Amino acid sequence: MSSPITPTTSGATTFLQFQAAKTLHTAHGPQQLDLSFQLKKGDILALYGPSGAGKTTILRILAGLTHPTTGHIQTENEIWLDTSRKLDLPTRHRSIGFVFQDFALFPHLSVRQQLEFALPPKADTRIIAELLEMMELEALQNQKPAALSGGQQQRVALARAIARRPRLLLLDEPLSALDDEMRSKLQDFILKAHQHYDLTTILVSHHLPEIFRLASEVIVLEKGRIQKKGKVADVFHQDKASDKFKATGEIIDITTIDVACIISVLSGNSTIKIVVTPAEAALLHIGQKIIVTSQTFNPIILPI
Amino acid sequence: MIDWLPLFLSLRLALVTTAVLLVLGIPLAWWLTRNGPRWKVIVETIISLPMVLPPSVLGFYLLLTFSPSGPLGRLLDHWLDIRLVFTFPGLVVASIFYSLPFMINPLLAGFRQIPPDIHEAARTLGKTESTILFRVLLPNMRASLITGAVLTLAHTIGEFGVVMMIGGNIPGETKVASVAIYDEVQSGNYPLASRYALILLALSFSILLTVYLINRRYNKTIL
Repeated sequence: MSSPITPTTSGATTFLQFQAAKTLHTAHGPQQLDLSFQLKKGDILALYGPSGAGKTTILRILAGLTHPTTGHIQTENEIWLDTSRKLDLPTRHRSIGFVFQDFALFPHLSVRQQLEFALPPKADTRIIAELLEMMELEALQNQKPAALSGGQQQRVALARAIARRPRLLLLDEPLSALDDEMRSKLQDFILKAHQHYDLTTILVSHHLPEIFRLASEVIVLEKGRIQKKGKVADVFHQDKASDKFKATGEIIDITTIDVACIISVLSGNSTIKIVVTPAEAALLHIGQKIIVTSQTFNPIILPI
Repeated sequence: MIDWLPLFLSLRLALVTTAVLLVLGIPLAWWLTRNGPRWKVIVETIISLPMVLPPSVLGFYLLLTFSPSGPLGRLLDHWLDIRLVFTFPGLVVASIFYSLPFMINPLLAGFRQIPPDIHEAARTLGKTESTILFRVLLPNMRASLITGAVLTLAHTIGEFGVVMMIGGNIPGETKVASVAIYDEVQSGNYPLASRYALILLALSFSILLTVYLINRRYNKTIL
């Protein structure tokens, strides 16, 4: 399978080369994790797959928190791990930001102190004010984590991970604990931070809409091995390719006319209009990304 | 008239022991909670032994070890001119062993109640292990630090058997309050013995009360 994340891709430089093997002790017994991939600078890669597939372990190996049996990790011009040469750069020397699934905020520090702690010595302290503003945390800066909601804690964890200006941002199912509305808002924060701070990001997620929204590349993992990898749209759409007509797009308008609703979907440069029942329309909203497939008669609309 | 010297000696012994055990106990407990060789559990067992061992047994072995005719005692005596039998420094060393579990166990519990990802998060923020210890772990286990220190203090004030074995009954040097009570009872001086006893009772009660009050406060605010 030709993959967009092989080194032969012209243009952007390869930022990360990853190869690791390790036996995982999962709830279903021992399982071999064995995979390699590469990542271009500025990409957002999603790791997708059932729980126990090894997604979090990959992030932990990248961060140096888990040690594979054999492995090689190289970023631009720095080798982080090379088991053949017994080289294993300690976590603190790897330029990473890690957002843990349950945020792992320091209970004794206020929001501002968490960011100050994360700052390397002699770093420019202006980034703290900048991050507090970007993540809309200014009003909460003197609060301790216990006083914050899940969404607020998530923003603090994200800001804290970015404060030391890492090159690689690792997000371990950062939004799984949040409701849909909060998710959507936080996805905006992640995208904003990713662009503004020039990051390359790897995100563990088993939430397809999140992957479509955030990621450019995806790796589908199963039992420690790569099932598929490539552009998000390619990887997830080829399964349903037997349909006669299929388009991916974003809802830009929903109009009610008498007993029917017309949904306008922007797909590429063209707009598709689809007639649906009000009941179907009630499940959709403007800005939502969907797949429209048409068999012989009715179009089927799948939110993505 | 009450002789305050044994009480001051008890307090001095307890304070010195607590200070030394804080300095030794933090790195020791930290080392024990980190992943490592399986024989660490043996170290943990040895540390807890004084909790179940009769103090006289501990005192007896310390006496054999430190006695100038014993191997360690001879070395200390010959090379460093230090004598640990029937001296105040000897009492401090004995108390360190005797009270070690009362410092280590709360500290172990303190380190273990901090979720591992708090530690890992600090590592991903580029921090060294010592920075993590002093700026992340210890501030999040203040209740354990205070509990360890206060229990060590109280337990050392209350020690008797070990002191008798290794310290004896030298006024101003090794005659601590608990020994003074025994001494007064032996010589039939019950009123004085009861004064010492009452003071120790009040002291122990207020120390334990402090521990429980602190734990209640921290349980509300931190955990």
